[in-house]
Amino acid sequence: MDFLRPTTLAEALAVKAERPDAVPIAGGTDVMVELNFDHRRPAALLDLTRIDELRTWSDGDELRIGSGVPYVRIIEELGAQLPGLAMASRTVGSPQIRNRGTVGGNLGAASPAGDTHPVLLASDAVIEVASVRGTRMIEADDFYVGVKRNSLEPDELITAIHLAPAAGPQQFSKVGTRNAMVIAVCSFALSLHPGEKRVGAAVGSAAPTPRRARDAEEFLNHALDFDNPRPLLDSVKREFGELVSQAASPIDDVRGSAAYRKHALAVMARRTLGWTWQEFLTEEQACA
Amino acid sequence: MRVNVTVNGEQRQADDVWEGESLLFMLRERLGLPGSKNACEQGECGSCTVYLDDVPVCSCLVAAGQAQDRSVRTVEGLASGDSLDPVQEAFVEAGAVQCGFCTPGLVVAAHDLLERVPSPSDPEIREALAGNLCRCTGYEKIMDAVRLAAGRR
Repeated sequence: MDFLRPTTLAEALAVKAERPDAVPIAGGTDVMVELNFDHRRPAALLDLTRIDELRTWSDGDELRIGSGVPYVRIIEELGAQLPGLAMASRTVGSPQIRNRGTVGGNLGAASPAGDTHPVLLASDAVIEVASVRGTRMIEADDFYVGVKRNSLEPDELITAIHLAPAAGPQQFSKVGTRNAMVIAVCSFALSLHPGEKRVGAAVGSAAPTPRRARDAEEFLNHALDFDNPRPLLDSVKREFGELVSQAASPIDDVRGSAAYRKHALAVMARRTLGWTWQEFLTEEQACA
Repeated sequence: MRVNVTVNGEQRQADDVWEGESLLFMLRERLGLPGSKNACEQGECGSCTVYLDDVPVCSCLVAAGQAQDRSVRTVEGLASGDSLDPVQEAFVEAGAVQCGFCTPGLVVAAHDLLERVPSPSDPEIREALAGNLCRCTGYEKIMDAVRLAAGRR
């Protein structure tokens, strides 16, 4: 096995072009587990932790977050601008894991249970990937293509995540057996986009890939009156929960049954809708 | 491969390191520092917690090569000479140690918490130690130890 240690992105891309079999490693929270248990024996490891460009984020009309920014920094530095992503990041593993793990790693592993995926989908994130051939911008919706499979080419590296600062309330909800060190039984993210009078909603750990709940989004886009917001009818919450549940195609596995996941998704959808809409109402009243 | 790393303030060199090896394995088996414990090897239990460039991490999830030219502080590096760190003292006094396997990781995690938050609330202690599993104590004595150490700082 080779251990490759580029110090610039250009160098890393050249290495990846030459050695497409090299497995990128940043926080190591997924890759090292596979190595420790001998589930994987790659020809080379490509250490990304020495590349400063990947460990920075920048402001603007939209935020560009380097793929190597660890969860702890998303929580501490970006919580106000990206509440949904920060909430999901807070549920990742433990302090030790959040100190090392990165959204780039979440995307690279592309586990259907990855905590940040539903937020990236609900917030219309765009994934920036690069190779010596150039840079591609991939919408989160097109990024996840199968169980632990993403749309990266073998010579590409994930370089950044682009997303707009929250323009409205956001929520993330996750079911697990305890509050820490839990892989999601299922998870759900909801983002209100009041300027565009629409919502983003996505489920995690309840289908072969993280996925948007499109029918549920459509339903809310019509049911919610962003111009004259009023308290929600229970029937709207129930219908939304039902549509979110229908968007999932979960399986029975060690973490939970398909039936439980469907039920829990409907509950999380109802609750997060209640919370986000209440927050929106309160803000609107404060402005009025 | 060869790895050069500062461990507990000392420049160290490890040879014949396998490229897929963890920092934990290198510390224990090549550098003679068995304080950090190897239990789950998947970041679940926190027994291998060390500081890497002043940030607590699971050393089983750091590739040894990633520690090249970086600074590691293990549980062995907390005491100064013969005098234990206040966190270590408090663990002994509070009876927070039973079988002792989780203790090194908990001591490092608690040490880091008190560096950042000198007077933590109980929820803050629980949150900070959420990545460290203990199967003996039921955690109450560990909570006592952290409160005791915080009171003495």
